[in-house]
Amino acid sequence: MIDFLTLLQVLDSSLRLATPLLLVCLAGLFSERAGIFDIGLEGKLLAAAFVSAAFAAITGSVWLGLLAGILASIMLSLLHGLASITLRGDQIISGVAINFLAAGLTVVIAQDLFGQGGRTPPLKSGGRFEPINFPGATSSKEINDAGPLMQLYSELFSGHSLLVYVALLTVPLSWFILYKTRYGLRLRAVGENPAAVDTAGISVVGLRYSAVIIGGILCGIAGAYIATSLQANFTKDMSAGRGFIALAALIFAKWRPWYALSACLLFGFFFAVDTRFQNILLPAWSLSGFLILIALGLMSYIWRKDYLDKVVLGGLALGISTIALMIVFSVWNTGASSQIKIPVVFIQSLPYVLTVVVLAGFVGKAIPPRAGGQPYVKER
Amino acid sequence: MTKNPAIELRKISKSFGPVQANKDITIRVMPGTIHGIIGENGAGKSTLMSILYGFYKADAGEIFVDGKKISIPDSQAAIAAGIGMVFQHFKLVENFSVLENIVLGAESGALLSPSLGKARAELAALAAEYELNVDPDAIIEDIGVGMQQRVEILKALYRQANILILDEPTGVLTPAEADQLFRILKRLREEGKTIILITHKLREIMDITDTVSVMRQGEMTATLRTVDTTPEDLAELMVGRKVLLRVDKAPAKPTKPVLEIQNLNMVDDFDVQRLKNINLTVKAGEILGIAGVAGNGQSELLQVLGGYSAATGIIKLNGSEIDLSTSVSGDGQARRALGMAHVPEDRQREGLIMDFMAWENAVFGYHREKSNQANRFFMDNNAIRRETEEKMKRFDVRPPNPRLTAKNFSGGNQQKIVLAREIERNPDLLLVGQPTRGVDIGAIEFIHQQIVALRDQGKAILLISVELDEILSLSDRVLVMFDGEIMGERNPANTNEKELGLLMAGVSEKAAQ
Repeated sequence: MIDFLTLLQVLDSSLRLATPLLLVCLAGLFSERAGIFDIGLEGKLLAAAFVSAAFAAITGSVWLGLLAGILASIMLSLLHGLASITLRGDQIISGVAINFLAAGLTVVIAQDLFGQGGRTPPLKSGGRFEPINFPGATSSKEINDAGPLMQLYSELFSGHSLLVYVALLTVPLSWFILYKTRYGLRLRAVGENPAAVDTAGISVVGLRYSAVIIGGILCGIAGAYIATSLQANFTKDMSAGRGFIALAALIFAKWRPWYALSACLLFGFFFAVDTRFQNILLPAWSLSGFLILIALGLMSYIWRKDYLDKVVLGGLALGISTIALMIVFSVWNTGASSQIKIPVVFIQSLPYVLTVVVLAGFVGKAIPPRAGGQPYVKER
Repeated sequence: MTKNPAIELRKISKSFGPVQANKDITIRVMPGTIHGIIGENGAGKSTLMSILYGFYKADAGEIFVDGKKISIPDSQAAIAAGIGMVFQHFKLVENFSVLENIVLGAESGALLSPSLGKARAELAALAAEYELNVDPDAIIEDIGVGMQQRVEILKALYRQANILILDEPTGVLTPAEADQLFRILKRLREEGKTIILITHKLREIMDITDTVSVMRQGEMTATLRTVDTTPEDLAELMVGRKVLLRVDKAPAKPTKPVLEIQNLNMVDDFDVQRLKNINLTVKAGEILGIAGVAGNGQSELLQVLGGYSAATGIIKLNGSEIDLSTSVSGDGQARRALGMAHVPEDRQREGLIMDFMAWENAVFGYHREKSNQANRFFMDNNAIRRETEEKMKRFDVRPPNPRLTAKNFSGGNQQKIVLAREIERNPDLLLVGQPTRGVDIGAIEFIHQQIVALRDQGKAILLISVELDEILSLSDRVLVMFDGEIMGERNPANTNEKELGLLMAGVSEKAAQ
């Protein structure tokens, strides 16, 4: 059985892994609440990660790295703004272009600057965000002997880098800005009906640019976090789809800050499980029981759906039940080990599978901001 | 008489590329009056008002408010000058509360709650002063259009507007709601506000305005005192020729039933019952009109009949029953084969593909017919184009160029393209939704004549319209729908707008007596 300390360690790691997701998710929240879809979150995250790591490596100062990362991310945000707000282009295409741009440019520039195969050199102390230990927290050597409350305090609350706490503070701050200030009212309005904002005499363009810039800042912090705190250098494609997972979390959270926190912690938890438990052994019986439960869940979900849904999801349910039955039969016949090892790749893919499930609409109706994705053209 | 006009425009001109939308417009509106501006679509009314509200900048001309010359570069400046505008399509944030919508853009500080508190108090004062009661905490999408319009008026008043411009304000209202709006407008006039009413409905001009200006093709053709004019004169000034306002038609000679609907029920995707036990029959040689305020099930009825929504019940076309269980593509095709033609309510989304050319649009739905095929694999585009051009001439589509994309035609001409496509196939049953929505007076006359001509050929016509005038003048029988139900049947010859208005508002037969 998993003991309390192990659980704490998983949660601790969830929090660390959820941090970049949360920042990027809130970046997307500001942008999309203002009516600008932002597929380019991934690219901004990656670019910020590279630029901050490179600056931190060259100057030796993590703060300069953070600043440079934020600026790089804002630059890309402004590019997205230029394409989708000023020039009224397709927001999806602009976002995709930013992703490609970042994926290619980061590696090329890294190779040119450092010649280490598209990486940046490992960051030394001073070039990284170090963990902050709260007063009175026990060190990791003595943690096994401490009481549960002390373990909770030392392991989960204390010992994170500054940016983790910044990310957590961003949640109430975003909520306050969005729902308690004049700016928030206008921002939400411009994502729902820009014409209402325009006829009220407020600049739609100005509001939308401010929103994408806020998004840029948050992505910049997230990028600096993964390259200078989570890891100690930049590696190729190190954002690893986090931008897209954050987008899924945003939909999951129905574009609300506190929900975003829970959604990102959930995704963070899946990542943490993946790193902590590489090989899980499960009894064959419980595994096939679990699979059949999933199949039954699918069947009940599709009960009142369209024909096409019935075919696709019903097929999936059938496939899952077949696998479950095969497991049962093979254990029955061969008497082979009744313990089944879950493949590592399966666990690793869990956060991504969950993303697909979320996007497929299993979370109920998520209504996006109504003017989302549409450039504002003044009519009459 | 030294009183300054509340608003004076001098020699305003504005062109978009080669199109001159406004040409040397001069107009004076005296304070404390209701001034009507009437004209066909594209006459330049909306452009003129948009210039006044800072959406467009005039190429030339001057604007005076209370005798002082001002410039209006943006909406902020218009609001500062005391001009408020109620647009035809409301500019409200649907999922915000009434209060939030009123405050938006006129907040008193960076934090929200003091602004909302102040607005709540002022709203109560305004409500008392002008009898404009609304619940400040109601969400916009939960309240009716009449209420939403009040919110728009309150928005303007909250911003200290002295001049209120209303663009086609009654288009979405029931007759009762429109009366209520007019009472509010009169009340505002008593309080010294100046009101500019843009409309294409002659009756409204006659009922409520003090003065009226007529626009045609970007020019101001006349400004008159309302008491000195008649609807016929105004229509002639608008169109530039004599217009028949009433539809001229012989009594109907209905024969066998073409469309029979029995116990039709429909539940939409959100589990809301949209149609409740509809029973009706349309006979050959008659026009059955269905009146009702938009959103009471008429659209759904057309969708079910047209074959793009599923329903339960029985629909018989020429005696043979139609499968209603699913809405699959090709269903519309089958119904067309049975002799049904459909002029949908929303011509821009359902009737036409706006980026396609006229000849392509003119063949949709019939593109699989033998006559349009050159051989097994290809369509005979040249023949279709030739045929379309002839059709366009017969239906007076201007310009009659089959290679022009649909979006480049005016609303009336787009509608004529759809009508030409559906009527020329000689259907037994024609479904028509909102045939003259956004269509000019001149084109309305033509469209109405075509529909009556089809009836006189012995065809059945189901007409759905939110314009009571249209229903009353075209139909041989009138049904009124409310909340998915048919409230009753009337003979247009011996009913009136008031009686129908009550039915449209859901007041049933018994309660009305």
